Amino acid sequence: MTSSTSTLARRRSTAAARRKHSLTGWLFVAPFGIVFLTFLIAPLGYALYLSLFNKALIGGTKFVLFDNYIKAFTDQSFLDGVWFVIRFAVVLIPVQMIISLVIALVLDSITTRFAKLSRLMIFLPYAIPAVIGAIMWGFLYSKNFGPLGELFGLVGATAPDLLSKQLIFFGLMNVVTWQWAGYYMIILYAALQGIDPSIYEAARIDGANSWQIALRIKIPLVSNALLLILVFALIGTLQFFNEPQVLKFLAAGSIGPDFTPNMYAYQQAFALANFNYGSAISFSLGIVVFIAVYIFLFATRKRGSFLS
Amino acid sequence: MTALDIERAGRAHRKPDRHVRASVFLGILLVYFMVPFYWIIVNSSKDAKGLFGGGSALWFAEDIDYLGNLTELFTYNGGIYLQWIANSAFYALTGGVGATVLSVLAGYGFAKYRFRGRNFSFALLLGAVMVPLTALVIPTFIMLSGLHLTNTVWAVILPSLLSPFGVYLMTVYTRDAVPDELLDAARVDGAGELRTFVQVALPLLRPAVVTVLLLSIVGTWNNFFLPLAMLQDNRLFPVTVGISQWQSLASANNGGGTSLWSLIIIGSLVSIIPLVIAFLSLQRYWQGGLSLGSLK
Repeated sequence: MTSSTSTLARRRSTAAARRKHSLTGWLFVAPFGIVFLTFLIAPLGYALYLSLFNKALIGGTKFVLFDNYIKAFTDQSFLDGVWFVIRFAVVLIPVQMIISLVIALVLDSITTRFAKLSRLMIFLPYAIPAVIGAIMWGFLYSKNFGPLGELFGLVGATAPDLLSKQLIFFGLMNVVTWQWAGYYMIILYAALQGIDPSIYEAARIDGANSWQIALRIKIPLVSNALLLILVFALIGTLQFFNEPQVLKFLAAGSIGPDFTPNMYAYQQAFALANFNYGSAISFSLGIVVFIAVYIFLFATRKRGSFLS
Repeated sequence: MTALDIERAGRAHRKPDRHVRASVFLGILLVYFMVPFYWIIVNSSKDAKGLFGGGSALWFAEDIDYLGNLTELFTYNGGIYLQWIANSAFYALTGGVGATVLSVLAGYGFAKYRFRGRNFSFALLLGAVMVPLTALVIPTFIMLSGLHLTNTVWAVILPSLLSPFGVYLMTVYTRDAVPDELLDAARVDGAGELRTFVQVALPLLRPAVVTVLLLSIVGTWNNFFLPLAMLQDNRLFPVTVGISQWQSLASANNGGGTSLWSLIIIGSLVSIIPLVIAFLSLQRYWQGGLSLGSLK
């Protein structure tokens, strides 16, 4: 009898302790939770809500269901922007990843003072605001201030105009690669440094050369870091805004206000005060990116990676 | 000679060759990554005549006038440039510190407590990492304008507090770096939950805290879309929005705006100096920390 009441009491007290424990957990998460609800869930919900209405000069605000989405997905400006960021992502991301992987592998293989300095300097562009990076490269490309004309003049060639309509794709690609390759390199480098070097010794005893070690051991072992970079790059590229928004002043005529979906949404909302349509574009962009990344992560899912 | 010595000797023999090749490769890369910095340092010394006069873009003009350009930069339009730098620093510190505090608390909560709804909340958080945050700017603007908060500092600071990736990083790190036994021992010794967190867990989390802090400060300092959308009063602009506004003014009236170009160039240079110094002097902290996200 006494023992049973005491078990009961103990059970009750552990249940109470668990409740208290659970409450404390919530309290730690709550401040972030409030910000999360206010500045992520609420805007997303509100964007969805706004996108279902239409505001006209005559007739006021009207519920139009999916009209804005139908309009967006048949709007050549929006579709061209989407097509641009997709092409941009497909070309840019592999190039960027290969460059940062090669640099990381080289830096991982030598430990000179010069290598240390290089690591720091290659990473430095990450600290530069995208706006300033775009301005600096825009000046370097420009016919008025840039050195390209001089340099190509030395060998008697005409300089390519990276701000022209035909080449702006590569002009932008260069800015983004310059800015982000160092950051990706640092992530990969840190992952490479985390590998136990005794694996390399074992491989060398088995007769593997440096190339084989890099291809068969190092790269597979940093595949999680590569995946993380790919996801970052994908999210970043699809919401491309800062660089083209800044370069459009220097590259007159090459970058229109509908160059990327985000620029188009910005123009609709702030230049044309068309908030409903701007919201529909924002929401479409958000959902498309979310689904694309999710499918991608699901397809490449394996144990111990980002999603699990 | 032992086998180890032979191996060592062999490797020492092979090393220089490989080092030379790697160093040449790195040297070429360094030139590429440093070119914009070099260009902007050289051209900050020029006035409009030096910029447009047809001299070399890669070397100094006849008169090197950093001081004159700096004076003009800091006095132009009533010293608005200094105001922008101060604004950027203010937004970056408040937004960055705030986001870090929230991330550390939430990361600890997710990693060390089993509460109802935890798995669902964490799944939601992982989903949020994949939402492009710029897609939220327009609806956030409309929401905040309903509360009459647009065109105030709050419109920049409050949305900057949101850092799902920071929470994710802190959760992963806390899970590994803070043993449950240590927390239980502190609790048995009679420490409250808050005290356990501050005195036992927090010191162990320092590397991750510094990393998240750096990432969020840089993120807020570099932010462009959010302040561009939220602010109309140019006295509230951060330096990114300010310089881009100068650039649009200078492009709009070619000729009449030429004097602005030298201000834009030296303004860009001055605006990156604080971050370059911060990165070079704090490298010990961020170098280890940036790998956190990819380890799990």
